[in-house]
Amino acid sequence: MEKAKLQEYWKINLGYLIGLLVAWFVVSYGFGILLVEPLNAIRLGGFKLGFWFAQQGSIYVFVVLIFVYVSLMNKLDRKFDVHED
Amino acid sequence: MSVQLWTYLIVGLTFAIYIAIAVWAKAGSTKEFYVAGAGVPPIMNGMATAADWMSAASFISMAGLISFMGYDGSVYLMGWTGGYVLLALLLAPYLRKFGKFTVPDFVGDRYYSNTARTVAIISALFVSFTYVAGQMRGVGVVFSRFLEVDINTGIIIGMTIVFFYAVLGGMKGITYTQVAQYWVLIFAYMVPAIFLSIMIAGNAIPQLGFGGAGSDGVYLLDKLDNLHTELGFAPYTTGSKPMIDVFAITVALMVGTAGLPHVIVRFFTVPKVRDARVSAGWALVFIALLYTTAPAIATFARLNLIDTVSNKPYAEMPDWFRKWEKTGLLAWMDKNGDGNIQYFGKKANGGDPFEGTKPLFTKETGKSGELLMSNKPTDNANELFIDKDIMVLANPEIGQLPNWVIALVAAGGLAAALSTAAGLLLVISTSISHDLIKKQLNPNISEGAELMYARIAVAVAILIAGYFGINPPGFVAEVVAFAFGLAAASFFPIIILGIFSKRMNKEGAIAGMLSGLLFTAAYIVYFKFMNPAMNKPEFWFLGISPEGIGTIGMLVNVAVSFVVSRITPAPPEEIQELVDSLRYPKGAGEASAH
Repeated sequence: MEKAKLQEYWKINLGYLIGLLVAWFVVSYGFGILLVEPLNAIRLGGFKLGFWFAQQGSIYVFVVLIFVYVSLMNKLDRKFDVHED
Repeated sequence: MSVQLWTYLIVGLTFAIYIAIAVWAKAGSTKEFYVAGAGVPPIMNGMATAADWMSAASFISMAGLISFMGYDGSVYLMGWTGGYVLLALLLAPYLRKFGKFTVPDFVGDRYYSNTARTVAIISALFVSFTYVAGQMRGVGVVFSRFLEVDINTGIIIGMTIVFFYAVLGGMKGITYTQVAQYWVLIFAYMVPAIFLSIMIAGNAIPQLGFGGAGSDGVYLLDKLDNLHTELGFAPYTTGSKPMIDVFAITVALMVGTAGLPHVIVRFFTVPKVRDARVSAGWALVFIALLYTTAPAIATFARLNLIDTVSNKPYAEMPDWFRKWEKTGLLAWMDKNGDGNIQYFGKKANGGDPFEGTKPLFTKETGKSGELLMSNKPTDNANELFIDKDIMVLANPEIGQLPNWVIALVAAGGLAAALSTAAGLLLVISTSISHDLIKKQLNPNISEGAELMYARIAVAVAILIAGYFGINPPGFVAEVVAFAFGLAAASFFPIIILGIFSKRMNKEGAIAGMLSGLLFTAAYIVYFKFMNPAMNKPEFWFLGISPEGIGTIGMLVNVAVSFVVSRITPAPPEEIQELVDSLRYPKGAGEASAH
């Protein structure tokens, strides 16, 4: 595979990684820790919202992020013809 | 049927399944032994990874910890799940493409250096032994309480089972046993949680139930906050740790998770690069099921506990109270002689009920029938000692669930402890037979001889782990922070840099790894062992506790390796090509030894 194409593939991959890791940071460190006090003023049924993100919401988002990455990369691998089999 | 009979039946049945799988999955080659022939389907691998990862600490201790820490316990929930995002995005696919057996393999080859390999082997061994000691303690606790056998007998039974399937089947046997163990442990965790959620919140889904209201219409979490304030504990939903420390501990646990050798090695066992990505996703799905249930259990257990004991006479305590008292994980000292149990937190003149870290029973009983202790009472009003570890195990009894549920929890605790112990033992044996003997001492060793060394190494490691289980070192809890801190400060940065920076060379990696390790180790040893009296926020660096210091160690590692690599020669051409080839999936061969 030629170098320029490989570099482009890698750049798109890094773009995905940055986007997904920002989301990863915001839901856990942002909503669950740094902004927990202001968010706790909002209620979600019996949960304070900041507390909910720290003990539930961040984990659900983590799962979604991985599957989003899997699907983005499977498409990208095919587009650049670097997939296996 | 009695609890004990049920326990023998269910635990015996699960053990029989594990042994049957071991016989079926006997390993014939080193490749099968180390990475299960790199032929495990991703969903299965996800399940095995989940069982491997969820240890006695996750199953037995975590909900208890959260129950006592409230919001502050979130560090474990986010910290022990968020690392899988890092694994799936930054590590697993590239390491699978690299296609070797172990983490020291990657470090040694990428940094073309046996020194780097040796540092990695030592870290891997240290981290794994630390962890195994904790698992064996978990096995001992479950056996002594539920089968009412001696702790030592329990540990020997546990060792024998692990010995059988780890020595015989290697990674192949371990993987398929772990799949079975996942089902046992998740079933055992969910059944009591669902029962309790229906009873307390009227909702069959615990994740929703603990945000709901009880029969009196008051939200459970609000009720708990009020009870905590009344009894002098920090409010449940806001916690009391400083924000910077919560932040640092969460980072250290996440990054540490992604750097643990027994977790990383699981991604060498799948057939393809894209399987490595998706199998990290499946692993997190299976882990999240337990981790989102844990805070619900924590809330139910806390409410139940306060409801059952606070200001009630000892004479009216249910059966489970006395059973746990016998194990020394629960104790009551009637300081004011009124026969009632007073349970208070620090803000209501509470705190430790007596001096020392555990009750020393004198074999005499007091006037209410309680076991007397020789510990010196403290001058506060709290009378109750509870070890966090009993919350999950005692929960079904506290909630008066049927006997078979209690037995199921015992089998689940054992499955969690044994599956993790087996994964760790394999890392230990691979480090010795593959990284040390094959790669450094005797490269010409035959496959058969290497396999034999691997089996001997597992056997020796089991004996050492069993020794630690029978004679638990007093510092198990302390060294777990050590394991995560070291993994965060050593493996994680150099693996990431090895993939994402072509310019990173061996000088940078070795200097970074050593400075991260030494900084983290020195900080933990200073506060935990040399000067525990100073282990307080006002003396900590930036207010970060020893549990969270791996975060700073990681930054030290990254900074040092960058600076050193820029002033030393770039890595050789073939290494830069190796890094290029890691970055796209095509051509990922099967895992090989060469």
